[in-house]
Amino acid sequence: MKEMADILRQHPFVHGLDDGVVDFIAGCARNVVFQANQMILKQGDSADWFYLIRRGAVALEMYAPGKGPITFLTVRDGEILGSTWLLPPYRWTYDARAVEVTRAIAFDAECLRNKCEADHHVGYEMMKRFLPPLIERLQNARMQSLDLYGAQAS
Amino acid sequence: MLKPLDAGARPAAAGGIMTPYFAAVTKRVREIPDVVTFEVPSNGVSFQPGQFNMLYAAGVGEVPISMSGNPARQDVFVHTIRNVGAVSHALAQIKRTGVVGVRGPFGTGWPIAQARGKDVLIVAGGIGLAPLRPVIYALINQREAFGRIALVYGARSPEDLLFAKELDAWRTIPGFQVEVTVDHATREWRGNVGFVTSLLGEADVDPDETIAMLCGPEIMMQFTAGALADRGIGADQVYVSMERSMKCALGFCGHCQWGPAFVCRDGPVYSFDKIGPMMAIREL
Repeated sequence: MKEMADILRQHPFVHGLDDGVVDFIAGCARNVVFQANQMILKQGDSADWFYLIRRGAVALEMYAPGKGPITFLTVRDGEILGSTWLLPPYRWTYDARAVEVTRAIAFDAECLRNKCEADHHVGYEMMKRFLPPLIERLQNARMQSLDLYGAQAS
Repeated sequence: MLKPLDAGARPAAAGGIMTPYFAAVTKRVREIPDVVTFEVPSNGVSFQPGQFNMLYAAGVGEVPISMSGNPARQDVFVHTIRNVGAVSHALAQIKRTGVVGVRGPFGTGWPIAQARGKDVLIVAGGIGLAPLRPVIYALINQREAFGRIALVYGARSPEDLLFAKELDAWRTIPGFQVEVTVDHATREWRGNVGFVTSLLGEADVDPDETIAMLCGPEIMMQFTAGALADRGIGADQVYVSMERSMKCALGFCGHCQWGPAFVCRDGPVYSFDKIGPMMAIREL
């Protein structure tokens, strides 16, 4: 398990986190690799895992009937994949597909939720790490939804 | 029928800076379905990257269009036009050998001299890459005079990317980093999807020694300037190109008045520390 904690320490997500907390949450983590074009998450499925991307690229997609899958965001090295594991009903709200070979740390969501409940300090640290990228993505999604470049005058 | 002015004639000689000279389009390229680039003779008038001309479509009207060509070529004005309104639609329809009215150049230029010896970060959104292309050419023309160069470019979709072949070519230049992102894409696109600010962290520049130049929708430039400040690139290191309703281009008519400034005369390129506070005033 120590080896997993060491791998975890290399990811920006845990920078600044106490060693004891890293060791504690490492018990919920394992190494995974996804091949190019492999589906990682599927909209509507139970959010049983989330991922810290170590190396690679993942496209987040929505399926539009008549149009097919549309990518609305790509996440890459050092970023988080998946956030709806945090709150009920724990379901994915989009698809995620590896654009290229992608190595990640997968977290068992239920395991981590239980540890957050058992130790609220851990839960608070998780929230502090999830909220900033979530807010940034929300802000960016707002910009993308405005279709700024499409409406811009020459 | 309008006829091009003889080569060598200057616009001032044709009746002053308020009177356009008429020139034949010598080259025309359709970049993407709603954007064309064309060249007209400059008739010996020089320009700086960042400046604009007033282009006149006969019988329709006049609009400000930035230079988008290489400043090493001062014999022509190159303009990239997006077909979005009545005048730009008429301009975009003009074929090679067709005639366009030209007044200019007007306005302030990008701070290329201040950027010498420094890293340069260029952030463009949509058609905003066109006014920045002359800067890119200038940096390439004197590559050894500048540090690292990073271009972060955001577009609506992969089909809306301007100058796609040049983006690929610029990537091959040592020390020239090109990061592209789009708002949405199909699976054929293997690049980034997201807003331009999400890629600023990828730009390999030294925040203390960087000059940033931004062009795109105003809200994009505001948020980009904020994100750059978070990364240690201060407002006095950031320059933006503003767009307002410019008519006379001389600061006389007041159409482009923005607080105490006239964008046509005092801009369009501004240091962000000068105008950032004004951008936050909604009444302006």
